[in-house]
Amino acid sequence: MTVGTSAAETAPVTGPIDHPAARVLLQRHYVRWWETLPWIAAIIFYFAYPDYLGFGSELLITILFALSLDLALGYAGIITLGHAAFFGTGAYTVGMLSFYGIWTEPITSLLLAALVAAIVGLLSGLVLLRTRGLTLLMLTICTMALLQEGANMARAYTGGFDGLPSLTIDPVFGRFEFNPLFANTQYLFSLAVLLVCFVFVRTLVYSPFGQSLTGIRENLLRMHAVGSPVRRRLIVCYTISAALAGIAGGLWAQTNAFVNLSAFDLDRSAAVLIILILGGYGRLYGAFVGAVAYLALEHFLARFYPTAWQLGLGLLLVFIALFARNGILGLGEVLWRRYASRRAAS
Amino acid sequence: MDFITDLANILLGGLSAGTVLFIVSVGLSVTMGLMGFVNLAHGSFAMFGGYVIVLAMNRAHIDFAAALALGFVATAALSVILEQTLYRRLYRAGELDQVLFTIGLIFIFIAATVLAVGPESQTLQLPPALGGQLNLGFMQYRTYSIFLIVVGFVIVLGIWLAFERTRIGAQIRATVDNRRMAESLGINVNRLFTITFAFGSGMAAIGGGLGAEFLGLDPQYALKYLVYFLIAVSVGGLGNVIGVYCASLLLGVLDFALKLYLPKGGTIFIYALTILLLLWRPQGLFGRKET
Repeated sequence: MTVGTSAAETAPVTGPIDHPAARVLLQRHYVRWWETLPWIAAIIFYFAYPDYLGFGSELLITILFALSLDLALGYAGIITLGHAAFFGTGAYTVGMLSFYGIWTEPITSLLLAALVAAIVGLLSGLVLLRTRGLTLLMLTICTMALLQEGANMARAYTGGFDGLPSLTIDPVFGRFEFNPLFANTQYLFSLAVLLVCFVFVRTLVYSPFGQSLTGIRENLLRMHAVGSPVRRRLIVCYTISAALAGIAGGLWAQTNAFVNLSAFDLDRSAAVLIILILGGYGRLYGAFVGAVAYLALEHFLARFYPTAWQLGLGLLLVFIALFARNGILGLGEVLWRRYASRRAAS
Repeated sequence: MDFITDLANILLGGLSAGTVLFIVSVGLSVTMGLMGFVNLAHGSFAMFGGYVIVLAMNRAHIDFAAALALGFVATAALSVILEQTLYRRLYRAGELDQVLFTIGLIFIFIAATVLAVGPESQTLQLPPALGGQLNLGFMQYRTYSIFLIVVGFVIVLGIWLAFERTRIGAQIRATVDNRRMAESLGINVNRLFTITFAFGSGMAAIGGGLGAEFLGLDPQYALKYLVYFLIAVSVGGLGNVIGVYCASLLLGVLDFALKLYLPKGGTIFIYALTILLLLWRPQGLFGRKET
């Protein structure tokens, strides 16, 4: 299914197909040249900074996590402060399977992590998405806290507060050693997982399904009026988003070779929200830009000046909320338009 | 006899903790009800006020009552400044922007507190009159807890009377019910909001000071208890003072009971109950249904 059919379905064809608006609609899902840049940068990073590949994997995982949130928040407009619930579910799925020696193959354990997180997402989405606003925000936080407390209480299975240490993960494809000593395997594996998930999300948001999500975000009432199954769409989107967050969590557990309760932290949910907003939400690449900006700053600032980092982060958030609601990419877009219009005028 | 003592412990301890929760959260409930503004930074005002009160007592040796008054005034003044300069710009903004903005404010408060006072936790020295034990006839209990329960009752009575019997209270109720209609009738909603915001933040400051003795006071305060403030408000219902009072007391007693009988992970029931309750009544246990 392409956007072309959905555009033809929703809008009556009034003019020739080469009308500028029609062309934009037909071509909006085409891959642009600059969309290869993040992946080229990731490959360059691999060869240029072999000592920083651990950090690189963390970055890729954070991008994936932010991408999953982008689907729920940026496209469907579900405001959540509890997305770490699914990250943690995925992490604990991989962690427990590996710790008890049940299943240690990396790719299939990620799929299992996605499945379990999707089930949690579906169940919680079925009940949570009846509500809106503050109640929804509260319920997402409560779900996450509930899972964290659950993991804390089920000490016999999850290791409680201490978590599950020294997980063993099988070599990828039976050949490439997978543990924190082999940072290059981990980096490339994370990159591959991210690429697959990204292609999936990108296809999804440009599909008629993705378009209807954007419609729900922009005008809920109108989508009800045109007969879109709003609640079902939201639940499906929330479930997919949860599955992706679960994959990110599973990957996190695999690359760190441990899981602990911090996977469910409110801090983690807040940080991923900040990353997404910082980059710009509802535009896929915001997750990339935000994660790079946030983690680079955190990596080099927070270690030496933790308090200054927190202060700066606070000021940055206030600034974004007041003046730059579309994040770094939004700012870039505004500057680019201004430049382009000036060039056109002269 | 043991059971009676346990029950009294749970009730009195829970009620006093719940009272503090109420004093902190009541302003949040009213301001959220008025403007629909998601102010996650409300706990930061409690923290700021708590610090002013504790530092005034420990360093300037002001007595407890005067320190509480000072905390109220200082925090109310700070909140008015922030409201006029920053909050005001986001009234019509989306929820997401409000969430981000207030999370940013929390971080700023935390970092500023670490820079100005230091990361260590502050202790509150109670005045000797409140420090000891009180004979209740059937058992001894901490005077301070009884004092808190009484103070909370006086405060809720005062706020309730102000809501029901004064002109400004009527205006607040009208605006919570229907802001557009209230504005059409000539109620200056912005001014009303500034007043309630300042008052609510001042109350939060007093709550921070009164609770410092057993909740502790450190720079993470604003984030640590955020979920509890939000639960109290969303269970109690937006803009509903009595509702928040009942919800806070309930939460306090429940928390104490669970800590006693299920010391490991009893809080899981609080979250589960909150979820079930909000699913059953999204407007809160005591909130009125939106029309």
